[in-house]
Amino acid sequence: MTLSDTATESAAESPADDAPPPDPNAVSVTLNGTTIIARKGELVIAAAERHGEYIPRFCYHDRMNPVGMCRMCLVEVDSGRGPQITVSCMVTVAPDMKIDTESATVKRMQEGVLELLLANHPLDCPVCDKGGECPLQDQTLAYGPGESRFVEEKRHYEKPVPISDLVFLDRERCILCDRCTRFADEVAGDAMIQFTSRGNNTQIATFPNEPFSSYFSGNTVQICPVGALTAQPYRFKARPWDLEQTESTCTTCAVGCRTVVQSSRNELLRYQGVDSDPVNWGWLCDRGRFNFEAINSDSRLAEPLVRTADGLVPTSWNAALSAAATLITDALAAGGAERIGVLGGARGTNEDAFAWARLAHDVIGSPNVYAQLGDGLPAGVLGLNRATIDDVASATTIVLLAPDLKEELPVLYLRVRDAVQNKRSKVIEFTPKPGGLTGQAWRSFGYEPGTQVGTVQQALADPVIAAQLAKGTVAIVAGRANLAETTAATVQALQALLAALPDAKVLPAFRRGNVVGALQLGMRPRPGGLDSRSTLMAAADGKIECLILVGCDPLADFPDTDLARRALAGARRIVAVDTFLTESSKHAHVVLAAAAYGEKSGTTTNLEGRVTTVSQQVTPHGTSRPDWMIATALSKLLGSDLGFTSVGEVTSAAARTVATYAGITTEALAQSPDGIVAEVPAGIDPINAVSSAVGRNSYDFRLVASRKLYDQAVGTAMSPSLAHLAVAATAHVHPLDIERAGVHVGSDVKLSSPKGSIIIRVEADETVVRGTVWVPFNQAGANVGELIDCTAVVTDLRIENL
Amino acid sequence: MSRLTDANIKLAKEIIGRYPRARSAIIPLLHLAQEQHGHITNAAIAHIGELVGATSAEVLGTCTFYEMFKMEPVGKYLVNICGTMSCALLGSDELMHRAEHTLGIKAGSTTADGLFTLEHAECQAACTEAPCLQVNYRHRYRVTPDQLDALIVDLRAGNLDGEIPPHGTVARVRQHIPAGRAVGAVAPEDATDPPVWLSTGPSINAKTPK
Ligand code: SF4
Ligand code: SF4
Ligand code: FES
Ligand code: FES
Repeated sequence: MTLSDTATESAAESPADDAPPPDPNAVSVTLNGTTIIARKGELVIAAAERHGEYIPRFCYHDRMNPVGMCRMCLVEVDSGRGPQITVSCMVTVAPDMKIDTESATVKRMQEGVLELLLANHPLDCPVCDKGGECPLQDQTLAYGPGESRFVEEKRHYEKPVPISDLVFLDRERCILCDRCTRFADEVAGDAMIQFTSRGNNTQIATFPNEPFSSYFSGNTVQICPVGALTAQPYRFKARPWDLEQTESTCTTCAVGCRTVVQSSRNELLRYQGVDSDPVNWGWLCDRGRFNFEAINSDSRLAEPLVRTADGLVPTSWNAALSAAATLITDALAAGGAERIGVLGGARGTNEDAFAWARLAHDVIGSPNVYAQLGDGLPAGVLGLNRATIDDVASATTIVLLAPDLKEELPVLYLRVRDAVQNKRSKVIEFTPKPGGLTGQAWRSFGYEPGTQVGTVQQALADPVIAAQLAKGTVAIVAGRANLAETTAATVQALQALLAALPDAKVLPAFRRGNVVGALQLGMRPRPGGLDSRSTLMAAADGKIECLILVGCDPLADFPDTDLARRALAGARRIVAVDTFLTESSKHAHVVLAAAAYGEKSGTTTNLEGRVTTVSQQVTPHGTSRPDWMIATALSKLLGSDLGFTSVGEVTSAAARTVATYAGITTEALAQSPDGIVAEVPAGIDPINAVSSAVGRNSYDFRLVASRKLYDQAVGTAMSPSLAHLAVAATAHVHPLDIERAGVHVGSDVKLSSPKGSIIIRVEADETVVRGTVWVPFNQAGANVGELIDCTAVVTDLRIENL
Repeated sequence: MSRLTDANIKLAKEIIGRYPRARSAIIPLLHLAQEQHGHITNAAIAHIGELVGATSAEVLGTCTFYEMFKMEPVGKYLVNICGTMSCALLGSDELMHRAEHTLGIKAGSTTADGLFTLEHAECQAACTEAPCLQVNYRHRYRVTPDQLDALIVDLRAGNLDGEIPPHGTVARVRQHIPAGRAVGAVAPEDATDPPVWLSTGPSINAKTPK
């Protein structure tokens, strides 16, 4: 039935006076002679575009405020006083406005603007990274005068100059559109690039010795409409017409930003952000954008390894798989399925997780399976009334009971920041270490570990805060803010919040790329099974006959390093599936080489439960294979075929057998570019925890350990452009506490907890809560994991001079 | 040490308090820094950024937009000779030649003793009095080359100290707004009370904005 059919039918069926009232948001305007219905407050350039009329532009970007810098979008607008030349990106539609985007005058204006923009442009297109995908090139071709009257010498600048470790600036090419600077200021909140000087000397600059070290700098390269900004990892690597590409989803963290993955000659060369309205709005963080370098790394595992008298040596897949199967069969014979533990699965696709969950639970029969590695909240949080990212970014009040989103879930940070900046939401933050959103928060409570629950209860009792919470919708972002404090405290604080705010929705701030998918698709303990901590404890006690690590590195990931070490030593047999030989997989008896992101297709689930596709763009490194294929092959050898012959079959099997994923098929996903949100899973254990506050000896400090965006994770460490951005571990102490501890800023000290001690440099940091010491987790230099006891409620430590 | 002095920090805080948004004070604070030091240093820019909660790059952007903020050392006396139409017709070129000769420097530079900086300027809005120049933005009208020489002698001798303060001095009488009359750090859209100048003002202003 066509639209007009509906109109006639409803007109015939309903009496005229029942006609719906005119839409108060509709504005009728004329666009090149045709009447169109624009929306109230809509910019002319946007309304025209929605109706198929693309007005050329350089500075306008629909995710940022308009500034009218470039004048490329000039059109003629008649608001009743005759046609006037108007900047279409700065003017909103008004009733009966007549817009002409193609008159002779408009053409002349466009030619003039382009001639002027090119007056100083170096036209070094043959050596410019943007050449071939450059809006300036394209629009000059489409709307330009064809030739220039300028014969004068062009402006010259030194070029290119680095404005950060990742981004270079060529001021000769810059057309001063204000996109990069607006992004830095409005979107990222890192206004470290600015226009300086005036008139003909106007240029983009950073302050001396304060580079544009934003976590989001790569976005400026993507939105620069010329080749003025280029990114170190891609400079001179390819020409756009040589690139092949596919749409995918970043699985570096659980935000799940939509991307385009581009390659040339079977090598990944660039990721670009895709505008997914419910998720990333086109933005990516630099870690997600540039860590393709790790996938191209020569240190990748190219083939499976098996342990011999000479250590781990390369072998054939047949040999490796049967070795792994033998290890598992022997373990079953030695202790039964309860003595087998499977950890990981959060770094692959949904299909990888589903196949591994089937293998672990149904084929091997082990109940001890877990995708959370002791550094997040329990899976039960997924069973709560789940918020989407949009729910959070439109809530009246956002309660943060989470790690620093800027460090762990960067693009979620952008969305929350936008909600605050545009006055939609107020943020109430509870944190043991003030961070990226503290400056945006309406109220921020920095608490000492052990007092989390009390702090939340006290805040809830405050009438001003209660009034704010009662004003409208509330979304809670819940995650693990401190690896040196038990999760029970956060769970209990979350329960306190939910008891007071029964209608609040919860967004799980789970971190690893597909952890939500893995947990929902079965990578969690069956009744009576062990979680990752208990599995490692059992392994340390020699009670695990076979430990299977699926893309998981307990030595780096698990907060309690000592336990991880003892577990790897105590497990009788270890099978690892990994893309790199990590410190943990070095202990394995068989290492199965896994295909990485970009080398396999399937689907992934982000933290809100949104399922989107991930796509293969290059062939797997060496003979490595996707995890689901490895699981399928292993299951065959173990005598029970999972029966998957293609990734699509795994997707369908998950859609058939996991209620949460019902209907989420390859076909359905092809129809929904923004993905499909999986229903909140039933049957996930409810969260429940009691933690008791413990007093702190006044000589002691309480440890806060959390992650920075750049750490020793393989994706970062194996990407040369990112690796050096990780800072060495230092102990951050409040300046007033430094004196109390009797140590000196910049000197090495000894931190000792009941669990162990490390030597580490001290730094003064005013953001640190008094009485606590903050140490970044998984950084080079000193391993804070040595201090953490995962069975303790909190970690207290002494600071001593050497 | 070219950050703001303690006395100027105090003043800076008072100035910031006059605006609903701290960063509105960037320009007055740049003047303050220039007054303290004769020109604006990077350290002062960073300091202003800290005081108003802006990045150094933002303060730099504002600072470099305005001709009157100098980021390099300037002599005690900044001599700007207008070279725009009226002054050009009535002899500003001769004036500039004489100035360069007498001071022994080219336009755009500063004398070795740090006393004079000479600059070309655009129209100084005194075209009827052409040719004209400014010393630290104080006008001198219908200047002949000989009068220019005499002016330089007077400045050197300190004869004009009462009239022309050193470069960077914005005004010699400092405005003070009592705290009670300052707008304070509440942004207009966040204000619940009517603005102070309305609430205590005459009845004509009684209509309070919502
Ligand atoms: S560098 Fe690019 S994005 Fe930034 S102002 Fe220049 S042209 Fe625009
Ligand atoms: S925020 Fe997360 S999903 Fe988005 S680009 Fe960064 S790492 Fe990837
Ligand atoms: S797009 Fe409208 S002025 Fe640049
Ligand atoms: S031209 Fe010199 S003051 Fe106007």
